[in-house]
Amino acid sequence: MHIKILGSGCANCVNLEKATRQAVTDLGLEATFEKVTDYADIATYGIMRTPGLVVDDEVVLSGRVPTAGQVKDLLAAR
Amino acid sequence: MTAATTDRRAATRRWGLLGASAVAWVGAYALNEVAWTWLYKTVLGLDIATGWPSMLHFFSYDTIKITLLLTGIIFIVTVLRSFMSIERTRALLGGKREGIGNVLAASLGVVTPFCSCSAVPAFIGFVASGIPLGVTMSFLIASPLVNEVAIALLLGLFGIGPTLLYVGAGLVIAILAGMVIGRLHLEGQVEGFVYETRLRGQVIDSTADLTWDDRLAMGREEVASILRKIWPYLLVGIGLGAVIHGWAPADFFARYAGPDNPFGVLIAVVIGVPLYSNAAGILPLVDALYAKGLPMGTLLAFMMATVALSLPEMILLRRVLKPRLIATFALVTGLGIIAVGYLFNAIL
Repeated sequence: MHIKILGSGCANCVNLEKATRQAVTDLGLEATFEKVTDYADIATYGIMRTPGLVVDDEVVLSGRVPTAGQVKDLLAAR
Repeated sequence: MTAATTDRRAATRRWGLLGASAVAWVGAYALNEVAWTWLYKTVLGLDIATGWPSMLHFFSYDTIKITLLLTGIIFIVTVLRSFMSIERTRALLGGKREGIGNVLAASLGVVTPFCSCSAVPAFIGFVASGIPLGVTMSFLIASPLVNEVAIALLLGLFGIGPTLLYVGAGLVIAILAGMVIGRLHLEGQVEGFVYETRLRGQVIDSTADLTWDDRLAMGREEVASILRKIWPYLLVGIGLGAVIHGWAPADFFARYAGPDNPFGVLIAVVIGVPLYSNAAGILPLVDALYAKGLPMGTLLAFMMATVALSLPEMILLRRVLKPRLIATFALVTGLGIIAVGYLFNAIL
């Protein structure tokens, strides 16, 4: 599983990454993380509110910081 | 226990808690001034009419009042806004011509949940999907100018009249500035990669299928996150307001920037632009200055200049806009604010 955190480095992105890492650990998944901070790259995913969460090249969430529990639900549903 | 019973219980609990919070809010707001007066005057025996006891009383009372106002209004606005999203806004703006597009963009800028940290991705998302530059700029100007924090505080400190004036003026500035930028045909002043951006993938509407519990939770989180962000500005603003309230001689400001000074609005805007603050830091100051005789138009222009134009935001926008377009944006918006200031001073 390849996870990308989209955002220019504001507090929201840090919190999103924290929640996602927590969720990955809780589910016992194998995942690689990548931060996408360049606006041009972020925009190509079609999101207009940062932060964004991309799993295996598919946007699963944007515009808000979820709890680790919510990310767990999103990842488990895949 | 059936699922229906559980649902009903959850609903009773949810709306009961909300109702209790509303009652507690109204009680705290009503008792705020009385309680502080009782503490300082009756318990501590201070003369709260002048000097530092007057400042202390003002500071305590104002801090609680403004915090309560912000909490209540940000919560309500966030819950209402959870029915709107920037994705839906873009869809509504798609295919609209200039003029009607600018009006719609400015209005949507007020109701769409938006934070300046998303200004750049939103700009790219709008322009890359074919929305005209001027229409996009109307949205980007209205969004910070007419925001929920400003509305909450104006309503609480000055009442409905000045609040409606502010919202109306903000919309007019955003609409006209966007139209002017559109007419100047500055498309070449946008960084090339914006037009080359190909939007792919499905668009996620982050507000789709939210439950009431989700919306109320979003409201609570937003209140906490905004208060965490703005409290230093708020305390400095209220502190300065308290000093002006307690110490500055009654005609001190009026003599320099009062209704008789024709350059008052211009000076207020020139001071306001580089000042980096937000509505929460500026409004307590505006409130105190108003009490000292400064005209409303000058003060609203000062506040608009501070929240609508700031150096950090321009640096952020530099990623997608070339310097000439940023300068045009600042100049057109600044002129609009100055015009509104003089207009209000003339008619109020």
